[in-house]
Amino acid sequence: MKKIFGILLLMVMALVIAACSSDSSSSDDGEDASASEGNDSEEAAGSDGDGGTVEIFSWWTGAGEEDGLLALIDLFEQKHPDITVDNAAVAGGAGTNAKAVLATRMQGDDPPSTFQVHGGAELNEGWVAADKMEPLNDFYEEQGWMDKFPQDLIDLVSKDGNIYSVPVNVHRGNVVFYNKQVFEENGVEVPTSYDEFIEVADTLQDAGVTPLALGDKEAWTATQIFENILLGELGAEDYRNLWNGDIAFDDERVVAAAEKFKTVLGYVNEDHASRNWQDAAQLVGDGEAAMINMGDWAKGYFSNDLNLETNVDFGYFAYPETDGDFMVITDTFGLPKGVENPEDVKEFLSVLGSQEGQDAFNPLKGSIPARVDADTSKYDEYGQDAMEDFNNSNLTPSLAHGSAAAEGFVTKANQAVNIFVTQLDVENFINTLKNAANEL
Amino acid sequence: MAEQAVKGEEHDYTERNKTAVQADPGKKPRRKISKDQWVALGFLAPSFILVLIFVYGFIGWTGWVSVSNWNTLVPDFSFAGLKNYIYLFNDYRFQADLRNTVFFTILFIGLVIVMGLGLSILIDQKLKGESIFRNIFLFPMALSFVVTGVVWQWLLNPSTGYNQFLAVFGIQPKWYTDTNILAGFEWGSIEFGLPVAIIAVVIAAVWQMTGFSLAMYLAGLRGIPDELREAARMDGASELQIYKKVILPMLMPITVSVVIIMAHISLKIFDLIYAMTGSGANFVTDVPGVYMFETTFRGNYYANGAAIAIIMLLLVAVFIVPYLLTNRRSGN
Repeated sequence: MKKIFGILLLMVMALVIAACSSDSSSSDDGEDASASEGNDSEEAAGSDGDGGTVEIFSWWTGAGEEDGLLALIDLFEQKHPDITVDNAAVAGGAGTNAKAVLATRMQGDDPPSTFQVHGGAELNEGWVAADKMEPLNDFYEEQGWMDKFPQDLIDLVSKDGNIYSVPVNVHRGNVVFYNKQVFEENGVEVPTSYDEFIEVADTLQDAGVTPLALGDKEAWTATQIFENILLGELGAEDYRNLWNGDIAFDDERVVAAAEKFKTVLGYVNEDHASRNWQDAAQLVGDGEAAMINMGDWAKGYFSNDLNLETNVDFGYFAYPETDGDFMVITDTFGLPKGVENPEDVKEFLSVLGSQEGQDAFNPLKGSIPARVDADTSKYDEYGQDAMEDFNNSNLTPSLAHGSAAAEGFVTKANQAVNIFVTQLDVENFINTLKNAANEL
Repeated sequence: MAEQAVKGEEHDYTERNKTAVQADPGKKPRRKISKDQWVALGFLAPSFILVLIFVYGFIGWTGWVSVSNWNTLVPDFSFAGLKNYIYLFNDYRFQADLRNTVFFTILFIGLVIVMGLGLSILIDQKLKGESIFRNIFLFPMALSFVVTGVVWQWLLNPSTGYNQFLAVFGIQPKWYTDTNILAGFEWGSIEFGLPVAIIAVVIAAVWQMTGFSLAMYLAGLRGIPDELREAARMDGASELQIYKKVILPMLMPITVSVVIIMAHISLKIFDLIYAMTGSGANFVTDVPGVYMFETTFRGNYYANGAAIAIIMLLLVAVFIVPYLLTNRRSGN
């Protein structure tokens, strides 16, 4: 009797300990990482000037993006064998984990040599406003980059006339991917206006196909639809003014956009709340749903993960009424204040911003280069298309990806969207956005 | 005199060792510290200091941040009063979180106790292959909540999992994507009532933690001497009466422990929800832990996040403090 009791107790204890140890091992990782950083900075301090370490902080750990980053690092090491590169990528949470680590380090005055940050408000209202970034105007002049990046894009990484980071890639947010076979079978054409979009959606719904796939387990996927409708309704110029505060959130066109958003949400799959964007994209791949609005990283998912062929199995078009606009999501790298070896970091940034560097990174990552003069032959069919659009469109900042407004507003907007998707209460939605915007 | 003093001290050694533990109020404590105690103190001090700084120090720090204005990337420790708390209690999402936590906690603890007790009584019937059953029920506990979350996310997904089977009977529950609130009424800015979606999360949590309460109850049942049952039987009690009148009252301390342990799990739950459902449509499966994480690390609302942490601490304290106090009293 007692023996059994003892064994049971032991088992419980063992399990408890096992559960605890999983926690402690994760914190150990953190310690290890910081310990090795400590060593690196000692090494950097030990050698004079040259031969320092550049620590590159990002959340690129997934397939494709990691390959791109490693190719970039390879290229840099070839050019600067004396400088060591420390790839300090933090996995998980679509950058959330990395951002949390970054915030802690920046506030503790222990910045990485350079870090990944979305161009726009995430950079400008975040780290620049916190006075943590060095301006790079002279560096841009020195490299002759002022006409190598589109002016709209340089504006996106500038605040008060100073440039603060170097864009490495560009993704487009206002793309709709569709299943070609489903479109053919139901005899529908690519819609170019909102009304046509609704017509197509009605036809598809009558035929028993889900018109629009949505996976809003994380609310930003729905926010992305709303920002594209907003862009279509306001036009590029006024869409930007909305974020400057020149146009209020109770503007009748914003209200009209919310009404349209409500209508569009009537065409999504019923189990949208249980899916993430990949699960939703899979519905389109399988032909259960016809279309999905997703940033063009979905293209990589279609061709690499689902083995579908561009323009054969799936096609793409700009979100209705946003044809001449390009919703930009750009990853950039800047120079934080208080870095030990800023010259080495600038060497890295110069490779990052070079034609060669961008053409090494982007084909692997599945994005397009931020420069206007990249070698188009290195990119696939979709990439070449997107590059042409990029050079000939109005560039607009994405809300869902932190470029249009500060992270605080984005979080609140995502919450408002999450509530709206269920309640469909336009008035409440507009009020919440307006209140949140007052904090901007 | 000197000799006496030395003797007195020697005598004190044994005396002290007793009084140090019992803190006898009848004797006046003497302030001299012996060598043994210095050693003991030396061994205790590091962990004491570490706990003081890294547990209580940071709780205090969090409390301080929660009444500051630090709601951007730039730390701002100016005093904000209860602004952050007032904001939270007016916030739609936080009100929904509290509602979800209340219903999750009640359902979760209730089911874990009922099922743990029921299963342990069945296993206690000295049947063949008892250890197989015991292990089957205990195994889920060895998993992490993240694993459980991912598995149940697919099992209870409305378009995959159990619904494929239930379709035979024509039932298609929407599980955690259901946005309905049972018996709901307007309260504050939310609809208060049982969110249907939270039931799906409760199922997953109960599946995982029943093994724990089963182990506790089984240990308790094995600790009740057979003589007591025999005696009750001699007195003519039926089996049902034995359980009602003898065994269940004797398991009371175990029930209290299970409630306390489950309560602190359910009030702080984060990983299961984060892996399984996320916030859910209209925040039907959101909990304070998830809100705290998102508002702090996505929105940079550090002060709001700290306020949520403090509120969670107080919620857990509601369960833990009375438990600790009664323990202390009975210990003395």
